[in-house]
This record gives sequence, structure tokens and C-alpha cells, in this order.
Amino acid sequence: MKLLVCIKQVPDMESKFKVGAEGLWYDRHDLAWLMNEYDEYGVEQAVQLKEQTGADLTVLSIGPEQVKETIKKALAMGCDRGVHIVDDQAHLKDPFEIASMIAEFAGDKGFDLIFTGMQSQDRGSAQVGVMVAELLTIAAVTTVVDFAFVDGQVTVKRELEGGVKAKVASKLPVLITCQLGLNAPRYPTLPNIMKAKKKEMLSLPATDLRKAAALQETMKIEFPAKRSGGLFLEGEVASIADRLIRILKEKTTVLA
Amino acid sequence: MKMLLVAEYRQGELLESYTELLAFAGIMGAESAMFLTAGTAGELPKFSGRLYLAEVAEFGEYNPDVHKQLLLEVVEKEHPEMIVFSHSSYGWDLAPRLAVSLKAGQISEVVALQDGALVAPVCNGKLRRTMKSRGRITVVTLQAGAFGLADAAVGVPTVIPVTGNAKGNIDLQGYEMAEHGGVDLSKAEIIVSAGRGVGKPENIALVAGLAKALGGEYGASRPVVDSLWVEHNRQVGTTGLTVSPKLYVACGISGAVQHLAGMKKSEFVVAINTDKDAPIGDMADVFAVADLKQLLPLLIEKLQAL
Ligand SMILES: Cc1cc2nc3c(=O)[nH]c(=O)nc-3n(C[C@H](O)[C@H](O)[C@H](O)COP(=O)(O)OP(=O)(O)OC[C@H]3O[C@@H](n4cnc5c(N)ncnc54)[C@H](O)[C@@H]3O)c2cc1C
Repeated sequence: MKLLVCIKQVPDMESKFKVGAEGLWYDRHDLAWLMNEYDEYGVEQAVQLKEQTGADLTVLSIGPEQVKETIKKALAMGCDRGVHIVDDQAHLKDPFEIASMIAEFAGDKGFDLIFTGMQSQDRGSAQVGVMVAELLTIAAVTTVVDFAFVDGQVTVKRELEGGVKAKVASKLPVLITCQLGLNAPRYPTLPNIMKAKKKEMLSLPATDLRKAAALQETMKIEFPAKRSGGLFLEGEVASIADRLIRILKEKTTVLA
Repeated sequence: MKMLLVAEYRQGELLESYTELLAFAGIMGAESAMFLTAGTAGELPKFSGRLYLAEVAEFGEYNPDVHKQLLLEVVEKEHPEMIVFSHSSYGWDLAPRLAVSLKAGQISEVVALQDGALVAPVCNGKLRRTMKSRGRITVVTLQAGAFGLADAAVGVPTVIPVTGNAKGNIDLQGYEMAEHGGVDLSKAEIIVSAGRGVGKPENIALVAGLAKALGGEYGASRPVVDSLWVEHNRQVGTTGLTVSPKLYVACGISGAVQHLAGMKKSEFVVAINTDKDAPIGDMADVFAVADLKQLLPLLIEKLQAL
């Protein structure tokens, strides 16, 4: 069995963001970079499935040189080989272009199962995974919070709104988009980090895979207008505590 | 402009969110038709226009490949310039499938319009983007609650049955409901919630302690529940509970839209967060820029001394 997990490198969402020079994306300088949270669940599930079945597991990421760090983390978590699609302009590509590149890579490899995050933390379009499946004409189940592989069939729970889950079964090949809480992603251990350094890392130029053009365009990126009215309390914690209690007394009835 | 709105039906019921699609169409001044897979004998959306109705007994509630094929037939008849879904578990699953088939650009989680272009959040709402599709057709998903009708929906649709012999590739085997029991946060008047900013499970006690000192209950954001630090019946947000207390204190919660959806009806909101730019600031009446590990023990002490 052959597995693929697709991951993205994203900035820490607690970063101080700035608008980039062309005004089309955030400034990529001076940010701390992490594996997209949703993808961590994908990597963990793929590694668990590899452990269960002995399957071969490839991890893929598109982006500039620095995304190799994130691929290495996935290798240290247990993926067998990394594929880096080298693209300095990946952040300006739309979901269809990204999905087309992945599908172009995966097309002749015969993956039985593909895992992606349900969305990325920065762009949040929730499109790429489903689009990869459509381009490969395989089944896709999104927003998965529970996964089992038994007798050659996948049974998952999809998360719906309000705490409801839908139980869905699919035959292979299938693409799964992973939702938060699907499993408990492991931390790479030091020996596994060392081992990961020796694992195969394939680099492919994006131009080899780029067959599709963008279907959408960004006109601008900006900070949303702040809703005014909120009061900021800053300074010494003791003083913040006193001021906060005073406000609660004055503005609410909860301390009455 | 011609729009095709895709309404939702789940567990035997039409979802109210179709009214948000109608509100969006209204703002865009569009002429809209609607698509719905539902029990054809049951409740129908209230609007005056063409309703393409597929029988759920035949096509299933969640069967995205089949629904896509049915939708493609409707697109052939209606030639919409925009196809609009809710950004929901049904919408974000189905919309990209249709977008690929139509080679249409999809713009996800639209929250506003600006000069006819679509605005969507980036980075947990810290930034926002204005976008447009390049092709003839644009597929759109709307953030829940971003658009709403001022008045109740009215009208009776002209029903056009949709049939076909499309076959799906997945099998919906049933639903599982959230477990209830224990605390009922939806009735609490004071809620203090723990977010990932609490750092470690031991610090939940601080949040629970503040809740107790205020005479309320404690809740949590999703990562805290996913980490099993707090039970699911205390999760606030789209995939948890909707609450409307007199006071909501968000401790170490960034304010993702899925969390805000669950607490935005709170009367008074206090945020305690080290990141002054955290989007929870949009909802907060008071924003304490502080480390919760320092502030919470002090608050508890001072409240107990009152
Ligand atoms: C389909 C879907 C459904 C979802 N449903 C829900 C839902 O129902 N409920 C929900 O909550 N989320 C839900 N989410 C997840 C949501 O998108 C966010 O990921 C989540 O709400 C983030 O939780 P958080 O704010 O606790 O964590 P983070 O976003 O990681 O924020 C942590 C915050 O803590 C602050 N902080 C860090 N250290 C400290 C400190 N020492 N003192 C004070 N502040 C500190 C940081 O500045 C940051 O703002 C859903 C997501 C999806 C895609």
C-alpha cells in the first residue's frame, strides 16, 4: 500500500503580521514557521496507518527552501521519504494551482490513501485536498475526526456543526482531509530526528509540475478595521486586576 | 447577475442557513435560483424563484460526488455566474468539487463585499483579502453569520425536480450525536473559558478557580478539549455550544471565528491575552493585556476578598 501526506509550512499565528511589499500577501520576513496544525494530524494518521499495515509513506510540501525544515519534522515523525516541490512563489498561487501541482506529482504514483489537512491556518480556503482528489478522480472525505482502516476499507467520522458526526465509509483510493483532534500527533524524538536526516529527500522544481493557471486573483491584503469601543488594560498585573474588578462592578451585574 | 444558491438539509431538516445565501444574493442584486437535496414532501425554503429539488431518499444527505453531478446539470440549465454555498461541513466539502469540474475559481469563507469584490479572512482573521475569480463562473462559500436577512424569508418557490442516475463513491452510514449530560453551559450566566494559552492542563484549575470566584462555570476552546484537558460538553463554538452569558471571560483564547460564533451573544466580554492583536479584541469590551498565569491568581484572590 502507498500513502501520501501533503503538508504546508505556515507562520505562527501569534506572530506580529505586516502587509508585504506588493500588498498581496503578508510579509514573510521575521516570522516563526511551523507545520500547519491540521497537517500534523494528517502526518500522525498516515504514520499510524503505516505502522498498522507496513505501507510506504511519502510526505510532500510545496514552497521555498525553508519548507524542508517542516518536511524533516514529518520524516522524524515517521514518514519514509520527503518530496519538496521547490517554489518560491507558492504563497501567491491559488488553491487550484497548488492542487494541480500535487495531482501532477501524484498522478502516476498510484497512492491508495492521501492525507491533507482540512485547511491551512493562514489561507484557510479548505480547497486543496478536495481539489487534489477531484483532479485524480478519487473519492474524498473531509473534516475527519476519527479514522479506521479495516479489511481494505476506510471508515471515518466527519465532524459536522454542533457536535454531530457523520459516519462515512469509502473504498480505496481515497483522500482524507484531517480536522483538529483526529489523533494526538507525536513529538519527534531525538533519535528519530537523527534518523530523519538520512531519509530520502527529493527536490522537484515547480516548473516541472506546473500545468494549470490560477483561477482567482488577490487584489489586496490588509488589516481589518478594528471594532472600536473595547478598552485595553495594560501595565502592572495587580493594577490590571483592580481596574478589571472595578469595571465589572460598574458595567455588569455579576458582582452585585 | 445570475446566482445559484445551494441550500442544505441534514438529519431530515432544512437548515436555516439558506436565508444567509438569500441575504448575500440580495446585497449583490442577483437573480437567484436554488438547489436542494431534501425530502420533497417536507419543508421548503421560502423564496420566490426556481428551486431545483433532488429527493434525498434517492440521492442521500451527504453524497458529494452525486450532488456535484446533479448540480452540474442545474448549472447547464441556469448558467449562473456565481454559485454560493455556506462555508459549512457540507459547503466546504462540495464547493471545491464543483469548482474543479467547472474550472471556476472558488473564494472561501467570504465575510464582506468591497466594490463588488469578495473579502475573506487570512491568518485567523488577523488579516483580510479582497479577491475575485478570473473565469466566467465564481464559486463562493459564505462564513456562517456574515450575511443575514433583515426580515423573515418569504415566498413560495417554483419546484423543478432534479433526477439523474449518478453513482457516488462513499457511503454515509449514520450520525452520532454529541453526548449530553453534566454541566449545561448554555444556561450559565457567567462563563470563564480556557484557551490554548493556558499552556498546560494544570492551569485549567486557574480558569475553573476564577469561574468559581465569580460564581460561574468554566468553558474551553477547542484545542483544550481536543487535548482532553476539558470535556467536550464545555466546548464553546461552532462544533460545541452556543452560549449567551452575562459575562464571558476568554483566557488565552485567540478569537477564531469558530469560537466567536459560540460566544458572540454574550452581554459583556473580557479577554485576557498576551497578544494585543488577537482577534478576540474585536469582541471584547475589556481586553486585559496580561499573562493569564499571573493575572488569574490575583483576580481570584481579590474577588475572594470582596
Ligand atoms: C470546522 C472547524 C470547527 C471548529 N470549531 C471550534 C469550536 O467549536 N470552538 C473553538 O474554540 N474552536 C473551534 N475551531 C478551532 C478554531 O479555528 C481555533 O483553532 C481555536 O478556536 C483556537 O483556540 P485557542 O484560541 O484556544 O488557541 P490559539 O488560537 O492557539 O490561541 C491561543 C491564545 O492564547 C494567547 N496566549 C498564549 N499564552 C498566553 C498567556 N500566558 N496568557 C494569556 N494569553 C496567552 C495567545 O496570544 C493566543 O491568542 C474549529 C475549527 C474548524 C476548522
